[in-house]
Amino acid sequence: MTAAPALEVDGVAFAYPDGHQALFGVSFRIERGERVALLGPNGAGKTTLVLQLNGVLLPGAGRVVVAGLPVATEHLKEIRRRVGIVFQDPDDQLFMPTVAEDVAFGPANLGLRGPELETRVKGALAAVGMEGHADRPPHHLSFGQRRRVAVATVLAMEPEILVLDEPSSNLDPASRRELAEILTGLDITMLMVTHDLPYALQLCPRALVMNGGIIAADGPTAELLADGDLLAANRLELPFGFDPAALRAP
Amino acid sequence: MGASHSRALYLPGTSPLHRARPQCKLAAAFLFVLAVVATPREAFWAYGVYALTLAVLARVAGLPLPTLARRLVLELPFLLFAVFLPLVGQGERVEILGVSLATEGLWAAWNIVAKGSLGVATSVILVATTPVPELLRGLERLRLPAALTSVAAFMVRYADVIVDEVRRMRVARISRGYDPRWIWQARAVAASAGTLFIRSYERGERVYLAMVSRGYSGAMPVLQDLGATRGQWLAALSLPAAAALVAATAWGVRP
Repeated sequence: MTAAPALEVDGVAFAYPDGHQALFGVSFRIERGERVALLGPNGAGKTTLVLQLNGVLLPGAGRVVVAGLPVATEHLKEIRRRVGIVFQDPDDQLFMPTVAEDVAFGPANLGLRGPELETRVKGALAAVGMEGHADRPPHHLSFGQRRRVAVATVLAMEPEILVLDEPSSNLDPASRRELAEILTGLDITMLMVTHDLPYALQLCPRALVMNGGIIAADGPTAELLADGDLLAANRLELPFGFDPAALRAP
Repeated sequence: MGASHSRALYLPGTSPLHRARPQCKLAAAFLFVLAVVATPREAFWAYGVYALTLAVLARVAGLPLPTLARRLVLELPFLLFAVFLPLVGQGERVEILGVSLATEGLWAAWNIVAKGSLGVATSVILVATTPVPELLRGLERLRLPAALTSVAAFMVRYADVIVDEVRRMRVARISRGYDPRWIWQARAVAASAGTLFIRSYERGERVYLAMVSRGYSGAMPVLQDLGATRGQWLAALSLPAAAALVAATAWGVRP
């Protein structure tokens, strides 16, 4: 018997209440321990898809299964523990008076208290190299530090899969590299939504290309990024000076 | 601005005042001010005792008196009002330095200045020894509804973010040659205020989404037990108790 995949998305379609259809049958699966990039232009439906994963939005058709548990209203709490979403703006994610309290928010909602909770908080902060800032208010941290704390707030819930929405946006090159080092060091399944193609290549061996509410391509990141026609068809562009031919080499 | 503001008010330390439970400090400060307000205005000595008490507390907390004195500036607008009372007051008048002043007005002004200054000094000492998040937890312990303390906590947290947004919008306006001189040019500012409201509202939705994604189900988790022992309450409440005694004595010895 094989273990259930970390994430299984099967024929998911979704339309917003105003009638705008964002997803037209999206299917893919992510095995445990995989790091997968989700690429696509603005308006491709990436964020809509992310919100399906933890049941903030529920699909009109199809289903999402997280480590064997289907997303449904009766066990949303467990689903939200299993799927940890790091949102794009850390100011949206960090709302408690201190860093430690913010990291504790998720596990406390799961019912953890006392020393157990403290261990979780310490472990999560250590994983992102922020243990020295536990008692500081989030708004006194640099942007890069806030992004790292935002990752810790989700790690503290010990999710099955970590979902990152544009993790490299607004980061200076040093913070961008530091975050990459932290993320590659984590032993966790990861789905990373991004426009930053080199970052996807650096962190994720596999990539999904999404456009117009469907999965347009699924394969090794290096191969997808070397396919100029595929990128052009999906409004994806490599940064100036980035040589796709060099990607095939390794 | 918000950050520097809330940070500047708190002066870190390890004194007994700093270590006291926030709910005890809040209750003690509130009751102390009540006692001050209830003291008859003729009892000058009582106000001397109160001022001395506060000075001793500041000393114990290791707060520099000049800093505290500067923070009293906060009450200046109220004092301005008090200054007018003797000038416009009715009834019996006295001549001081060639100016005719109403006795009743003088008493009223003294009453406002003395009680106001002591009240402000009390809160200045309270916030100098208690960080804002702890104050909020103290209020929660004092059974203030959680909805109110949550709103206050979010306000403290997002004041900076919003002030920063206001600053960026202002810079963007100025960068496009906006140089308001007349009231009708305020239109752009009004439009910015509207935009700011929408943005803050949308941020509220995003924050809520982030909270829900981490298992929020309507109640903020209580993370720490901040319960105060009987001894801690007794120590804190001895301050307002002493002040109440002074106030009672002042009423008793009144001619």
